[in-house]
Amino acid sequence: MTSTNASNQELPPAAAPPVPAMRIRVRALDFFYGTTRALSNINLDIPDQRITAFIGPSGCGKSTLLRVFNRMYELYPDQRAQGEVIVDGENILAPGSDVALLRAKIGMVFQKPTPFPMSVFDNVAFGIRLYERLPKAELTDRVENALRRAALWDEVKDKLARSGLSLSGGQQQRLCIARSIAVRPQVILFDEPTSALDPISTAKIEELMRELTADYTIAIVTHNMQQAARVSDRVAFMYLGELIECGDTEKIFTNPDRKQTEDYITGRFG
Amino acid sequence: MGTNQEHTIRSYDTELARLTTEIVRMGELAAAQLEAAIDVVERRDERAAMRVVENDDAIDALEHETSHDVVRLLALRAPMARDLREVFAALRIAADIERIGDYAANVAKRAIPLSMAAPVAPARGLRRLSELATAAVRKVLDAYRSRDAQKAHEVWDEDVHLDEAYTGLFRELLTYMMEDPRRITACTHLLFMAKNIERIGDHATNIAENVWFAVTGEPLQAPRKKGDETTEPVMPHLGKP
Repeated sequence: MTSTNASNQELPPAAAPPVPAMRIRVRALDFFYGTTRALSNINLDIPDQRITAFIGPSGCGKSTLLRVFNRMYELYPDQRAQGEVIVDGENILAPGSDVALLRAKIGMVFQKPTPFPMSVFDNVAFGIRLYERLPKAELTDRVENALRRAALWDEVKDKLARSGLSLSGGQQQRLCIARSIAVRPQVILFDEPTSALDPISTAKIEELMRELTADYTIAIVTHNMQQAARVSDRVAFMYLGELIECGDTEKIFTNPDRKQTEDYITGRFG
Repeated sequence: MGTNQEHTIRSYDTELARLTTEIVRMGELAAAQLEAAIDVVERRDERAAMRVVENDDAIDALEHETSHDVVRLLALRAPMARDLREVFAALRIAADIERIGDYAANVAKRAIPLSMAAPVAPARGLRRLSELATAAVRKVLDAYRSRDAQKAHEVWDEDVHLDEAYTGLFRELLTYMMEDPRRITACTHLLFMAKNIERIGDHATNIAENVWFAVTGEPLQAPRKKGDETTEPVMPHLGKP
């Protein structure tokens, strides 16, 4: 500005976090539902200790992509993925890659809370018991720790024996997050985690996601642009099965490179 | 507007268009105020000068309206990307135009005591200066209306001419004062008026920067030539700010 001729001292950038390691590398990924191609030639790096948000209109392939990361699609016979998804140096799509191990490493939280019809305690202990045999005291510690990390402990510590289904929607969702955390994953995938929740529960989940970045890689699919803006560090915009643009959240929401991205986030999509 | 395509929610387009209309109207008012101010200086018309001063309220009112619209747009539409830059730029441009209006009113205000003193020749130099300033304001408004970043850049570059004209008038006025101390009162008023007009040019460049930002998403920051050298020979001990 010409009207301010204050000092020329350069201020440090608002946030200068060190460049994070890339936890997931996607290379030339194609995905098919039967003969229909749902993803084509996706190339993307997902950094550790950051939140990457996937946005795009319905059917653009963002949830499909998320489900490739833990090979969820294998539950359905006619779905297949081609290309490479490299997690910790290993291509998880390669034949012989251990799915059980992969799913312990990559947790997932869904749109609707999916507590099991069992006690709050057992909901969280369930995953741990699946992978490890722990003495009772240690198991109790792990459950408590997971519930604390999921910001739910104070609300449920007196009703651990009550059914997980008795909790409110927001609490159920945090219970599912606790269940994911309990098995000590490296990555947590969130598929529309708050679309069924009220704004207060949503804020709690978002705050929790920010806290979880200290230890985890987080990927979230959301239709809520403001949520992507509030919570993520990086944003990937997808359209018709292609990755159109991926960049820092601030850049995407203030000055995206691609016109399609701009049209979508400003509400100009026909 | 931003891209050629319209928003899916059409009332959003209407609101953004309204913002542009308000700002252009404000800018035209401010340019007209400056022209009127120079007229009253030349006609030595106190009454007309008072009217110019009072008219500034209309610009202030429009600025309030613009601020209100910006807050509402931010709250209700949560604009993103280019829309966000547009709304942000609108707020800043409105503030610059409001200042331009204030400077025009200041010129008119000083026309009143000036008309009571004996006429001095350099008053004519003021018209040339104000013509440059008015042209800059009109051109930058045009650049804003058509979202023409290149045109905005030209306004930004051309401010050097206004600065040079100001420096020239400043020196001329100093000479007049040295020649005949009885002219000091009139020339001092003229000096302040000239400075006000020079500042209008600076606000036009601010607007140019905001148009550039709204359109490109990048700050307009290249080394710009400064034609105002009046601080150097007169008060060397002050140094550069």
